Amino acid sequence: MALDLLNIYMPVVLLLAIGVLAVPITLLIGRLIRPANPSQLKETAYECGEMPVGGAWSSFNIRFYVVGLIFIIFDVESALMFPVVAVFNKFNSLGMGGLILVEILIFLLVLIAGLAYCWRRGDLDWVKSYSAANRSDSGVENE
Amino acid sequence: MNSTVVHYLSQFQFFHQLLAMMGKEYLPLLSLIIFLLVVLIMLGALSLVGGLGTYAERKISADMQARYGPNRVGPFGLLQFLADGIKMFLKEDTVPRSADRLIFTIAPIFCLAGVFGTIAVLPFSSGFMLTDLNVGIFYLLGVSSLVGIGVFLGGYASNSKWSMLGGMRGASQIISYEIPVTITILAVVMLAGGLSLQTLVNSQGAAIWHWNFLHNPFMFVGFFIFFIGALAETNRAPFDLPEAESELVSGYHTEYSGMRFAFFALAEYIEIFVVCAVATALFLGGYHVPFGFGGEAPLGQVLQVVTFASKTFALYYVVIWVRWTLPRLRVDQLMTLCWKYLTPIALFNLIGTIIWLYLTNGRSIVALIFG
Repeated sequence: MALDLLNIYMPVVLLLAIGVLAVPITLLIGRLIRPANPSQLKETAYECGEMPVGGAWSSFNIRFYVVGLIFIIFDVESALMFPVVAVFNKFNSLGMGGLILVEILIFLLVLIAGLAYCWRRGDLDWVKSYSAANRSDSGVENE
Repeated sequence: MNSTVVHYLSQFQFFHQLLAMMGKEYLPLLSLIIFLLVVLIMLGALSLVGGLGTYAERKISADMQARYGPNRVGPFGLLQFLADGIKMFLKEDTVPRSADRLIFTIAPIFCLAGVFGTIAVLPFSSGFMLTDLNVGIFYLLGVSSLVGIGVFLGGYASNSKWSMLGGMRGASQIISYEIPVTITILAVVMLAGGLSLQTLVNSQGAAIWHWNFLHNPFMFVGFFIFFIGALAETNRAPFDLPEAESELVSGYHTEYSGMRFAFFALAEYIEIFVVCAVATALFLGGYHVPFGFGGEAPLGQVLQVVTFASKTFALYYVVIWVRWTLPRLRVDQLMTLCWKYLTPIALFNLIGTIIWLYLTNGRSIVALIFG
């Protein structure tokens, strides 16, 4: 019985559609029965009972940005490795496992070199900014 | 080889009778109806799991702290989650005036859709899985990343300082711990030789020494890396920094009330189930029933689902147990653990697994020792 590609992805579409629609529909139905007594105080952001001082959208710690950058590099690399590792067993049974082994090792070594570089530079330390401020410059060579 | 639940059902008589009744050209419609029914049943069951998960968490934590826990609503307090749900449904829906209303509304949708999307590829048994995508585990990783976006958007849109801190922490934590998890999954994929969840499960056997978890020493370590990373990705203690109640009030969902909060909570508890199910499928033998029980027949399928569910719930218990045993990490400790311990160990594991598979031709450690 030939069921086409669309059928294989049908549950995915259904699940995502239900996930997207469930929230607004429930909120709309809830609107009929829940109370709605908005007041000035109720609609301020919570700041432990004090009136909020300023907004939250201000400049933020740069560490989060660095983590995001490192993440993207690793994520792209692992995404690229998925097709290679998926066929490793097949190649290995054909006696060509060594080829893929060397290929993956080269690929991983580049990644590991990058990680070691980040580590050495201190980009993996969360509190780097404090330790760097105590040094004469921000390099690593001045130990 | 069945690839969707419709394929499995199509081997029974009633499917063809139904099809003959409707006419052959309505096959897509019939499969749509079956998919819709199965999806709805599954979502109902998983919402129940999520609801009972909150109950189990409160009851187990109470047990560990020598308290009673919820015991008023229904027998043993079992209906507590329903009462909570009704209460949340009736609560007023407040949105901070300073918040970004659109993103504030979208954030729980990302969380819920991300978690629901992962259900499509969970292998409950050899026949009963919604769809066996050939990119299964890759799809699962991608869709589950939507949860991170939801957490960050929720924290950002609230325009509250607690939410902002929680959202930032959540985003950086979820993306960081995705790396060791992904690299560990690479090793499992290499072992199984395929990305679909059925391939991954079928590369294992029913006996405990046929599980991926005990295939070789690297996989043994890999399981724990996966589990720790999964705990962090679902924002569970000891990695619950995005919602650390003692420092951030409630983290990224501080400003969320009523049903909007309920969807965040529901998504979180279903995600724990999904993560435990994936750990079961990848490392703990999946749905294989010991002693050759469990086949294509309906009874065998039921046994397979029971096996899969019991392994998953055992892990679910461990997740709750860990939460009430370990203290919370600091942010810098969290990042150190991820980038300086888990990621290098995961990379080492990946290289170790490649070399192991190359040298032993894919045989497990037990097969090597006992011939």
